Amino acid sequence: MGVALEHPSNYITTKLRQAVNWGRKYSLWPMPYGTACCAIEFMGTVGAFTDISRFGAEAVRFSPRQSDLLLVAGTISYKQAPILKRIYAQMAEPKWVVAMGVCASSGGFYDNYGTVQGIDTLIPTDLYVAGCPPTPENLLSALVQLQERVDREGLEVLKERHRDSQIA
Amino acid sequence: MTAKSLELLQQRFGAELVEVDDYLGDASVTVRKSAVHEVLAFCKDEPTLRCDLLLDIAGVDHPEREERFEVVYLLRSLQTGTRLRLKTTVADGDAVSTVSDLWRSANWAEREVYDLYGVRFEGHPDPRRILCHHEFEGHALRKDYPIGKGQMCYVPEALLTDQQVEGSHALDVESRSGQLQNVDGEIASDLLAINLGPSHPAMHGALRVEALLDGETIVDARSEIGYLHRCFEKEAEDHTWQQIIPYTDRLNYVSALTNNVAYVHAVEKMLQLEVPERARVIRVIVSEMGRIMDHLVCVGTNLVDIGALTNFWYFFNAREYMYEVVERLCGERLTTSYTRIGGLYRDLYEGFESDLRFALTKVAEGVKDVTGLVQRNRIFMDRAIGVGAMSAEDAIDWGWTGPCLRSTGVDYDVRKAFPYLGYETYDFDIPVGENGDCYDRILCRIEEIHQSMRIIDQALKRLPDGPIQSPDRRVALPPKDEVYNSIEGMMNHFKLVFEGIQVPAGEAYGFIEGANGELGFYIVSDGSGNPYRMKVRPPCFPIFSSFTELVKGQMVADAIATLGGLNIIAGELDR
Ligand code: SF4
Repeated sequence: MGVALEHPSNYITTKLRQAVNWGRKYSLWPMPYGTACCAIEFMGTVGAFTDISRFGAEAVRFSPRQSDLLLVAGTISYKQAPILKRIYAQMAEPKWVVAMGVCASSGGFYDNYGTVQGIDTLIPTDLYVAGCPPTPENLLSALVQLQERVDREGLEVLKERHRDSQIA
Repeated sequence: MTAKSLELLQQRFGAELVEVDDYLGDASVTVRKSAVHEVLAFCKDEPTLRCDLLLDIAGVDHPEREERFEVVYLLRSLQTGTRLRLKTTVADGDAVSTVSDLWRSANWAEREVYDLYGVRFEGHPDPRRILCHHEFEGHALRKDYPIGKGQMCYVPEALLTDQQVEGSHALDVESRSGQLQNVDGEIASDLLAINLGPSHPAMHGALRVEALLDGETIVDARSEIGYLHRCFEKEAEDHTWQQIIPYTDRLNYVSALTNNVAYVHAVEKMLQLEVPERARVIRVIVSEMGRIMDHLVCVGTNLVDIGALTNFWYFFNAREYMYEVVERLCGERLTTSYTRIGGLYRDLYEGFESDLRFALTKVAEGVKDVTGLVQRNRIFMDRAIGVGAMSAEDAIDWGWTGPCLRSTGVDYDVRKAFPYLGYETYDFDIPVGENGDCYDRILCRIEEIHQSMRIIDQALKRLPDGPIQSPDRRVALPPKDEVYNSIEGMMNHFKLVFEGIQVPAGEAYGFIEGANGELGFYIVSDGSGNPYRMKVRPPCFPIFSSFTELVKGQMVADAIATLGGLNIIAGELDR
């Protein structure tokens, strides 16, 4: 943060965008949309060994209303498609979407009649995490990348992005 | 046993039987469609057969035949040990009479055959699709349905229709004179329909239940599965035998190692292939590792659902140590793909034994901590004892196997009843419960972790040296100097690489004790490089089918506790 200390102990000055982004990036509240094997690795990431709370994202919320990071972990079937869309629509702005694992990213090795070939055919997706399943380290690295991106985003840009992606 | 039961059926139903067969020791009878119900009822009631367990119903499609569909019933007797397969054929558009009045497990199994093949079952109480969504057109496992033809679903299905809500309401008002009255005191409240899942933290994967509540009590419930239908069976028909192994990881992703073993076990049965002793012992070790990890996850998450979060950390830490061993062994933590037809992907690495023993001490510590925290814990006991209880007869009728069945007091375990991989030579006990409630299920699983550790200990001690892959040329690549120096060797290599393993035509059912019950593969081969039909018998499919019955009359919170203890893994439930 571009911080200028004028009166050492009383206040700091910065840009609004930076202050807001700083707050946002270290308090991403994930909503795990966990359907399959990847969800088990997500649990591993939350667990004590890799401890996602070091990155400020441990406040796992299972309500889309309370979270700003939709973490799609697992295969999405066509049967789930309307549900995933609805959950995305229920989240309040600003919101980000991470596709964890190859299934969520592209259907993975399930190229068949039941599997959606990537969640980006349903909802706008910010980040894809490779792996089947991604290791916890891999997921954490994705989280850090997302934080960097959040930090760069302007307030206006963010609004634009999601206006474009309004879904039915 | 096989010969005797076939003889008995022949005597009784001579004219109705079209074909009798015992290829690879699997007794198989084909009967006329009109006699299916009668013959199955006979198999169930006849004292020398007593097929009390209907394991599964599978469909097979032969488009070139006049009666194109086969419906296959897999029967088992827990009392007499009879194993029987009953088949019938049915033309497109025709119906078979339902057997859901004989076994309750038939209900969902028949729905699945209807969904995937379009075979109707006359008299079925709930003839809906089950795996594919309600807007799906066509029947996915028919040979003429293209594997890649996805169909979008736009509106989620409503499970409880308005009429059903009305109906239950009327029912409820009627029964208010009875036991339901003191649920809410005197004030009659409206019924409330709530939806749990498929994205709900306590739903353990993509399951969905819609419940009708009177206050906190569940008056009626419907469940829906298929949200994780990844078309394993269709994919299997599209891949070579060896390529299917990675798909088996993702059936029950919590105990992938056990699944790997189950699949190759079934294929090797069809190939009549013996694997070297070292590979067999290693397979025992990895299956038990799979079982331990499965139970750790199941019990850990079940306790979280009840509100005991600490135990989750204890168990997941222990599991992390196990994962490290697994990762070193297979290169992956979760999706292991460790076995191969005829052997293993690779041998144990150096230091495996000490790593595993260390991990197991950590597991033992975790189990000790958790047992200490919960076993005599008043809060836990109040939440778990008597909750979601099932009687032994009902459990069998529903098709339960595994720890859930054992918690009701039935000591059925494939490792003891139909030993494979030399399990008969290991010294271990089968823990059983008494009441079949949530408490017993958790304690059974915890005790099984101890037993699995005993087995691993014995296996590590006896682990012989030797090859880990069968030298049989039908499945193993020839040594390099043979490939370079002889035409046979080169052809052999070429064929195996380009065409894959060829499994002789025929059908068989191979099964083992998975972490969650009997895990079986019913395989039909036409002698080509791909399976013609591969039906998985997942243990949690029949278990989850009984869920709504189990929770009726209970509180919502109890339903959550019950679900966790059943250990439903969506990957194998929906396949
Ligand atoms: S990416 Fe792999 S591990 Fe993740 S859900 Fe898909 S199959 Fe499972």
